[in-house]
Amino acid sequence: MVLHTLNQAPANSACLESALKAVASDDTLLLIEDGVYWTLPAFEAQLASLRGRLLVLEADAKARGIKTEAVESVDDAGFVALCVSHDKVVSWF
Amino acid sequence: MSVDGMLILTRSAPYGSSAARDALDVALTCSVFEQPVTLLFLDDGVFQLMKDQSPGDIAQKNLNAVQQSLPLYDIERLCVGKSSLERRGLSGDDLILPVEIVDDSSLPALLAQYRHVLSI
Amino acid sequence: MIFSIVVQAPPVQSQGAETALRFARAVLAAGHHIHRVFFYRDGVHNGSALSCTPQDESNIPQQWQALAKEHNLDLVVCIAAGVRRGVVNEQEARRYKREQWNLRDAFELSGLGQLVEACIQSDRVVTFGGRS
Repeated sequence: MVLHTLNQAPANSACLESALKAVASDDTLLLIEDGVYWTLPAFEAQLASLRGRLLVLEADAKARGIKTEAVESVDDAGFVALCVSHDKVVSWF
Repeated sequence: MSVDGMLILTRSAPYGSSAARDALDVALTCSVFEQPVTLLFLDDGVFQLMKDQSPGDIAQKNLNAVQQSLPLYDIERLCVGKSSLERRGLSGDDLILPVEIVDDSSLPALLAQYRHVLSI
Repeated sequence: MIFSIVVQAPPVQSQGAETALRFARAVLAAGHHIHRVFFYRDGVHNGSALSCTPQDESNIPQQWQALAKEHNLDLVVCIAAGVRRGVVNEQEARRYKREQWNLRDAFELSGLGQLVEACIQSDRVVTFGGRS
C-alpha cells in the first residue's frame, strides 16, 4: 500500500494524470498544497479514474477556501498516520 | 516478492532545470553506498535519455556523458514510461541506453518493488 | 517509526518547505523519531542564516533551527547543492576564498551520502518538492 502525495494545481494536469496511473486500488492519494484544487466539482471527471482512496490535507483546503464535504480530509497528524499505515510515500510535484 | 532498494522517479526535461542532473547524482551516490537503485523516467523525464545532446553552448555538462557511466556503477535498470515516450513521439531507438519500457498498468507493481521512492 | 524528510523546496517562493516543517512537527508530536532532514536542490535555502523576515511572516529557516534545537534533529544541507547556491559554512567559504558564510546554526553541510544513509536507516522517507 503506497501513500501518494500530489501538490500541483490543475494547470499541471500531466502531474495528476501520471500519478493516477501509479495509484493502485489499495493505495491512497493525498492532495496537499495546490493539489487540493483538484477536489473542486469542475475536476470530478479527472479524478473519476482514481482507483485508490482520495484524501485532502485539511490545512491546505482551508487556506484556499475549499470546502471538503465531498472529499475526506485529514489533519497533519492524520498525514503522519497515513505514512505509518502505508508502506512508503511517493511524492508527485 | 522482496521489497528492496531505491527507485528514483524523475519527470523533468533536462537542461531547463537541474532536476535531471540532481536525480543522476542521487542514483550514483546510491551505487557508491552499494544500495540497489533503479531510475524511472516519466513524462518529460524521458527527454533526459535522448541521444545527441550537446549543451556546450548553454554552458552545461552533457548528461549523455554521465548516463553512459551508469552501467559502470552497476545501475542498469532504467525504466521508461511507455505512454510518456509515445506521447512525445519517441521510441527506444532515440535513447542513449537500453531501457525497460513500462506500461502504465505496470507502474503500481513497479513502485511496490522498492523500499523507498525518491522523487527528484 | 523512523522518518527521514527530504526538502527540495526553498522557503518563501514555494509552500513545500512550510509543509515539510509542519509535517516534521507532526511526526515528533506522534512520538516518532526523525533520523534526518535532508535539504537538496533549492531546499538548501532553508539553511540560510540571512533570511530576514517581517514580524508578521514566518521565518522558516529560523523555525527549522528552533525545532532542531528542541528535538536534537540532524538537519543536513547538501554540500554540492548548497555551495552552488551560496549557502556555505565557514569551511567551504574559506575553501572557495569567500569572506563571508551564512549556514544557519543547527544545520550542517554534508554530501548526498547522508541522504542515502538516511534512506537506509529510515522506515519512511517523505519528500517535499516544488516545481522545477
